[in-house]
Amino acid sequence: MKKSLLVSLAIASLFSTAQAAELTGTLKKIKESGTVVLGHRDSSIPFSYLADGSKPVGFSVDIANAIIDEVKKELGLPAIKVQYNLVTSQTRIPLVQNGTVDVECGSTTNNIERQQQVAFTNGFFKIGTRLLTKKTSGIKDFADLAGKNLVTTAGTTSERQIKKLNEEKKLGMNIISAKDHGESFLMLESGRAVAFMMDDVLLAGEMAKAKNPADWAIVGTPQSSEIYGCMVRKDDPAFKAVADRALVNFFKSGRVNASYTKWFQQPIPPKGLNMNFTMSEGLKALIAKPTDKSAEQM
Amino acid sequence: MNYHWDWGIFFKSTGIGQEIYLHWFITGLGWTVALSLSGWLIAMLLGTVLGVLRTLPQRSLSAIGTAYVNLFRNVPLLVQLFVWYFIVPDYLPEPIQTWFKQGLKPEISGFISVVACLGLFTAARVCEQVRTGIQALPRGQINAALALGLNPWKTYRHVLLPQAFRIIIPPLTSEFLNIFKNSSVASLIGLMDLLAQTKQTAEFTANLFEAFTLATLIYFTLNMSLMLMMRWLEKRVKVPGLISLGGK
Repeated sequence: MKKSLLVSLAIASLFSTAQAAELTGTLKKIKESGTVVLGHRDSSIPFSYLADGSKPVGFSVDIANAIIDEVKKELGLPAIKVQYNLVTSQTRIPLVQNGTVDVECGSTTNNIERQQQVAFTNGFFKIGTRLLTKKTSGIKDFADLAGKNLVTTAGTTSERQIKKLNEEKKLGMNIISAKDHGESFLMLESGRAVAFMMDDVLLAGEMAKAKNPADWAIVGTPQSSEIYGCMVRKDDPAFKAVADRALVNFFKSGRVNASYTKWFQQPIPPKGLNMNFTMSEGLKALIAKPTDKSAEQM
Repeated sequence: MNYHWDWGIFFKSTGIGQEIYLHWFITGLGWTVALSLSGWLIAMLLGTVLGVLRTLPQRSLSAIGTAYVNLFRNVPLLVQLFVWYFIVPDYLPEPIQTWFKQGLKPEISGFISVVACLGLFTAARVCEQVRTGIQALPRGQINAALALGLNPWKTYRHVLLPQAFRIIIPPLTSEFLNIFKNSSVASLIGLMDLLAQTKQTAEFTANLFEAFTLATLIYFTLNMSLMLMMRWLEKRVKVPGLISLGGK
């Protein structure tokens, strides 16, 4: 008894010193400061947004919390202080790189260009790019848009895809690039554009916010699929491994389903909107087989 | 900081047709220049009229100028742009409204809104420069012109304005440069000006710093050349002995 206790103590002390010596990068920083800085968005509904007060909520925030719990376990800390740092689509990459933000979980597409700058954890969502249009517009698919006005949000992958499609298929569309999703929807609603191209889940969000959601429909063959991931610093494999493991556990334990239902199929704060967005086959496949690759690399 | 620098991105394909990213900056610069010059034309014409109004003895006329300046100078430029782009078109009579929103190409209707916004905003500032230019002239100038039998129109046209404009070239230069910088609000309604193309390049390549560095250099070079041009103009039109020359 005594001996085994001694042995286990010895092993434990060996373990903790070994661990302390191994710690580098973000894990070391978190251990020393007792704080993790989480990058979040203000209006990526229902992924990461501010509903009331300063704490972000959403599906991606659940993911971030799973990562933070895993970090606590890894470091053997009972509690870690979480500091929230609001990022925009323009600031998110530099803030991760320069060390302001330790992990960003919002609605960031994992792609090859971004992988040059940051590392992505396992993906947690999969989208397809489609069209939002008025039910009465007669638009059924991308081919119906020839010669018409289409709106998309500036700086998104949809913008690039539609410009490419327009050029290749000679559709002669006029493409408007609005500054954010809200403004894109305003362009659609005010009749400046007949369709709004964007990630299907974001279109569902805009539709849920509309005065009369029943007037609108999401149509069209998905032009591409994209995987959202959390961003962490490049060249920090230890921290990325912890984050990846957190996601694998989140998927395997089934916690992902409860979180999905909460954010996509039930009324969500602040206004009690319901996205009514069924889990896609693509996301089910991603959950069954987690990957940190971008959709184009698969 | 662990940033992956790559200055070669400007020569990489955008993936759309044969374009490279540098093309985006060039077309963006084209929009920026077109917006600013068109806006400046409106600002100069309207600003001069309003500036003159503000110096007239008739209270009701100068009140128009004052009210205009107060309104346009005290509302943020971005708010004004949203008014011209989203609100005003909705109050146009029906056939024109549909034509403006759907008949015109989106970049043309956007262009009209931005030019109106920049022109009317800058007019308020030009108005103030013109007014101070006129008021800086000695009272003797206007009295002498009237004593010579010139009517008010001719007094302004041949005596006051030519001198006032020479005095205000330096502050007008800064308004002129401002309109080029202010034109970047166009990026917020989806007009692909220099700033919008910069942001788009940054977003597509994930090489944010390279894109913004190039944009900074372009804006800087553009504004430096405009400034030198205005300096040259100031020298070119100077009249020896006028107060604009100060100590020289």
